[in-house]
Amino acid sequence: MINNILSFLIFLPIILSIPILFFKAGKDKLIKTYTIAVTIVVFILSIILYFGFDASKSDFQFVEKVQWVTDFNIFYFLGVDGISLLLILLTTLIFPVTILAVWNSITTRTKEFYFLLLILEGSLIGVFLSLDLILFYVFWELILIPMYFIIGIWGGKNKYYATVKFFLYTMFGSLLMLVAIIWLANYATPMIGKFTTDYTELRKVSIFMPLNIQMWMFIFFGLSFAIKVPMFPFHTWLPDAHTEAPTAGSVILAAVLLKMGTYGLLRFSIGLFPLTFVRFAVPIAILGVIGIIYGALLCIAQKDMKKLVAYSSVSHMGFIVLALAGMTVESVQGGLIQMVNHGLSTGALFLFVGFIYDRRHTREIADYGGLTKIIPIFASLFLVVCLSSIGLPGLNGFVGEFMILAGSFASPNLHNNIYTILGTIGIVLSAVYLLWMYQRVMLGPVENEANRNVPDLNKREIISIIPILLFIVWIGVYPNTFLSKSEASVKRVIENVEAAKKNILNIY
Amino acid sequence: MLISISLLILFLPLLSFLILIFFGKKLPRQGDWLGTAILIICLGLAFYVLLNTGASDKFNAIYNWIDLKDAPGFGPVKINLGILIDNLSAIMLVVVCLISAAAHLFSTKYMEGDAKYNRYYAYLGIFTFSMLGIVLTDNLLMMYIFWELVGLTSYLLIGFWYENPGPQYASKKAFIVNRIGDVGFFTGIMIVYVFTKSFTFSEIFAAIEAGQLTGGWLTAAGILIFCGAIGKSAQFPLHVWLPDAMEGPTPVSALIHAATMVAAGVYLVTRTFPMMSASALTFIAYIGLITAFISATIAITQNDIKKVLAYSTVSQLGFMIMALGVGAYTAGFFHLVTHAAFKACLFLGAGSVIYGMHHEQDIRNMGGLKKKMRITYLTFLMATMALSGVPLTSGFLSKDSILAGTMAFAGLTGGFNYIIPILAFLSAGMTAFYMFRLVFLTFHGEPKNKEKFDHVKESPLPMTIPLIVLSVLSFFVFFSYNPIDANIGWFAKYVPAVQTVVPEAQRFDFQKGTTEHIVNAESPASETHGENPAAVEENHSAFTEAVHHAHYPAMGLSLFVAGMGILLAFAFYKWKKFSADAVAEKIKPLYTFSLNKWYFDEFYEGVIVKGLLMLTQAFRWFDNKVVDGVVNGAAYVTERSSSGTGKFDNSFVDGLVNLIGSVVMFFGLIFRKIQTGRIQTYLAYVLFGIILFYFIFRTM
Repeated sequence: MINNILSFLIFLPIILSIPILFFKAGKDKLIKTYTIAVTIVVFILSIILYFGFDASKSDFQFVEKVQWVTDFNIFYFLGVDGISLLLILLTTLIFPVTILAVWNSITTRTKEFYFLLLILEGSLIGVFLSLDLILFYVFWELILIPMYFIIGIWGGKNKYYATVKFFLYTMFGSLLMLVAIIWLANYATPMIGKFTTDYTELRKVSIFMPLNIQMWMFIFFGLSFAIKVPMFPFHTWLPDAHTEAPTAGSVILAAVLLKMGTYGLLRFSIGLFPLTFVRFAVPIAILGVIGIIYGALLCIAQKDMKKLVAYSSVSHMGFIVLALAGMTVESVQGGLIQMVNHGLSTGALFLFVGFIYDRRHTREIADYGGLTKIIPIFASLFLVVCLSSIGLPGLNGFVGEFMILAGSFASPNLHNNIYTILGTIGIVLSAVYLLWMYQRVMLGPVENEANRNVPDLNKREIISIIPILLFIVWIGVYPNTFLSKSEASVKRVIENVEAAKKNILNIY
Repeated sequence: MLISISLLILFLPLLSFLILIFFGKKLPRQGDWLGTAILIICLGLAFYVLLNTGASDKFNAIYNWIDLKDAPGFGPVKINLGILIDNLSAIMLVVVCLISAAAHLFSTKYMEGDAKYNRYYAYLGIFTFSMLGIVLTDNLLMMYIFWELVGLTSYLLIGFWYENPGPQYASKKAFIVNRIGDVGFFTGIMIVYVFTKSFTFSEIFAAIEAGQLTGGWLTAAGILIFCGAIGKSAQFPLHVWLPDAMEGPTPVSALIHAATMVAAGVYLVTRTFPMMSASALTFIAYIGLITAFISATIAITQNDIKKVLAYSTVSQLGFMIMALGVGAYTAGFFHLVTHAAFKACLFLGAGSVIYGMHHEQDIRNMGGLKKKMRITYLTFLMATMALSGVPLTSGFLSKDSILAGTMAFAGLTGGFNYIIPILAFLSAGMTAFYMFRLVFLTFHGEPKNKEKFDHVKESPLPMTIPLIVLSVLSFFVFFSYNPIDANIGWFAKYVPAVQTVVPEAQRFDFQKGTTEHIVNAESPASETHGENPAAVEENHSAFTEAVHHAHYPAMGLSLFVAGMGILLAFAFYKWKKFSADAVAEKIKPLYTFSLNKWYFDEFYEGVIVKGLLMLTQAFRWFDNKVVDGVVNGAAYVTERSSSGTGKFDNSFVDGLVNLIGSVVMFFGLIFRKIQTGRIQTYLAYVLFGIILFYFIFRTM
């Protein structure tokens, strides 16, 4: 089994989602217990993978490669390295946590909801493990379907608008990616001697393609990733989708789906076109910094808690984009750990907004105030999560932001440290918008009588949030546990970039 | 051994936090005794560390935090966290533990009966932990980490009574204003890291000495790191948070906002002093001077007992920073230590008054308290004398050293820099004035609020013991056996001036000349002038000699200004020779300007905060209308054009099809009408046809 563990990770949730359809309607509790059991098994599998993973190797491990479409040399090709390992762990952790946390939030069409959730988990893992471009594309597109229904069926007031926007926007991006995949494989055919979409084959030749052709392929790939991240100015689908999605949808969207974009940039944009990426590093860094500051300023202006958290994603993901543009070991390692951090912190923020929404059915900041007195446990844990998102040292956010800024500051690819210096403004602004929100919601006197009888977190909710808090502190205090796993892989990416810079520039 | 003890000192308060936050409610008296006992143990241990650390000892322990091994194009990336015990940290350990223990003990009465009593003690514990972390660290990164933790705990403690709008506003303001300074600090750390590839102080200094970080970057790094101190130590222009922070419980003000947290900035500058270039030091000196002067002018007119003390704290922190800026390294750190004791005493004294007056803080409603609160009065007076610089006090020694330092600096550099001693002496005079004004209005004269006054009692022992201890520590004997000269005391010997590591060209002339002279004269080949003991000795003497010359004039002047200040206070508030109100009326614009704190808050609130909010609104509009507008516009265009296509398809393409259909249908209809199936009709048609044909063909 250990040899096929990657397939198990992908297909266990997908196959085990089918029995849900045959459960009797109305047996909600059974369905939920079943789903959470499946996700916990998947999580345990990923832990096994974590311990089986050899951190000293930078190559792909647990590789499975089977001819899929013979004529076109398309493979069923899976493999894990340090970069995808951390994202897999994040994904498999977030699912059981979310299901437990929102246990009672979904009351209609339960069967379909949990069915879609499992499909979503399997395809997300598939995205992070695929090493064949067509296989990657299939999983990438597969994600849209469950997400479309999750927002469209269980969403808020504007769910139709939000879900169609989400679907079409990301679809638009991925079509360009499909064009790029086919173009790339075609262009590489004479170089390799056959048509193939095998990533490991393609990346050997892609760096030798003419730079103007690389540029267009890079843009096509990059655009679809940029939409997913989302990078300014492609971010507007995100606040709508986040706000309208049910809590579970928002959490998964923020925690895992956005990482597909940054993962794609790191794996494919940088992996296939290192030199083009370096040429575009400055504009990418600029977009990242705009995202940091622009997203943060928009947070300050929000009146809706969920929208505020949504825009904070734009700001935080900006840091990761800056990290990738910096292209140094520290910054990329920081960016990678920040992907995990953002998944934990923002995921948790959405859970807390969801907790309070389930109780009061409003997300308007103005409807709250003084909640600390009424729900002290909620208040304390919420503060920890806010502080983690602010980047307080000792908690996870700091490690990521620190490594990103320190790494990109001296980056040879950015030529100038102004981007990093501007990025540090985001550190202040994140304190402004989160603490201000906390002050308005949690502190002060209780002015709205409707808030008087809000119950505090129950045991189930506390248990669900504990794993996240655990990792928030763990990464904050001893990040080496996780950084050491991805070190070799990240270093290899950087080495490839440096080698490309040296070799290719000599040719021209 | 010392390392383990210092780790114990560091982690015991954290333990106190963990126990109290989780189990505090279940302990007897909610665990206040536990927190207090732990701090007293820490204090004992801190004394042990101090006694066992010699002036030049350095004990160091390192722990690896992030290890990225060899990074391509950068070299090894290894981030260590470490503990350093030397003269500075040993002294600071005692200071922090002492004030913290005093605040713990004091609070057992002051905070008694508060709804969140255990939480309060837990917060005190974690604050002490974070502060000790700043003190013990051997590197900038860990300094920054604990720095932020201190900011957080200060946020929690200022906002402790978060039900009221004042504390919640003040706590947020403190955190955010501090963060603004921290961005500078962070950027400075990054510059240092990029050039020297290290966070550890000793390694950074060695790298700078080896010329890895020079020129504009070195100055920038110095000034940016100092930005952290501007935030934490409440220096102009970020001083606005500290007076507002007085919304927190008074023992908290004593611990955090008078003696320890705000001292962290001064401590940071002390630690990084060797890497400060001449330009950075000048910048630091002027920031300190401006802060000292501005807040002294504000303190004169404030009427809230804690606000007076708060502005006085800001002013004294300015003195310390200024001292470091002019190169009076020992004096600046000395003032930090002496000030911690007497300012904590003043704040706790104020707490005792507020406790006695049932939460009255306005000194206009006080008066005559000296009869009823004997111990509070005497200790407060003692600390006031120390702060004003009256001879025989510790404050006299330290402030005098600073003033002598400014004079020496002005003498050595000349020109415009004479403004530094002038304003510094002026501020010292104002200090004496406003402190005695505070004493007279609070403790002397007739009680203004009879009703409250009648209920006033001296505070209980747990509150007065800390007052007595701290006021006794304001005597000179604890620092120097000579009441007029600190230079021969143990403190000056224990914390001697340090050698700068910045390149020759970036030193002050007085630092430069001597070293060059030594290097040239003794061994031209020797390039490691910094490690040359003779050079160090000689280099010190340039400044020390100037200080030595300035010592007696400075002392005379400082006695004069302090005396004038006290005399004026007597004239106004004791002997009532002049009416303070009448004078205030005469210089009304100046008076209101001072009373309104130079309108800093109004400016920040009106321009910066409002500007930021307007900007965010503009961005919101931009995001909704423009960025999202493009998306929605694209959707709209697609929808329109598809519906246009639909219309075209419907009316034209399909219309053509339909038209053909209709034509066929039309004829069909006609033909249906025709084809009735009756033979007579057909016969009639045939007849009609024949007639038709007949007429047609007839004409041909």
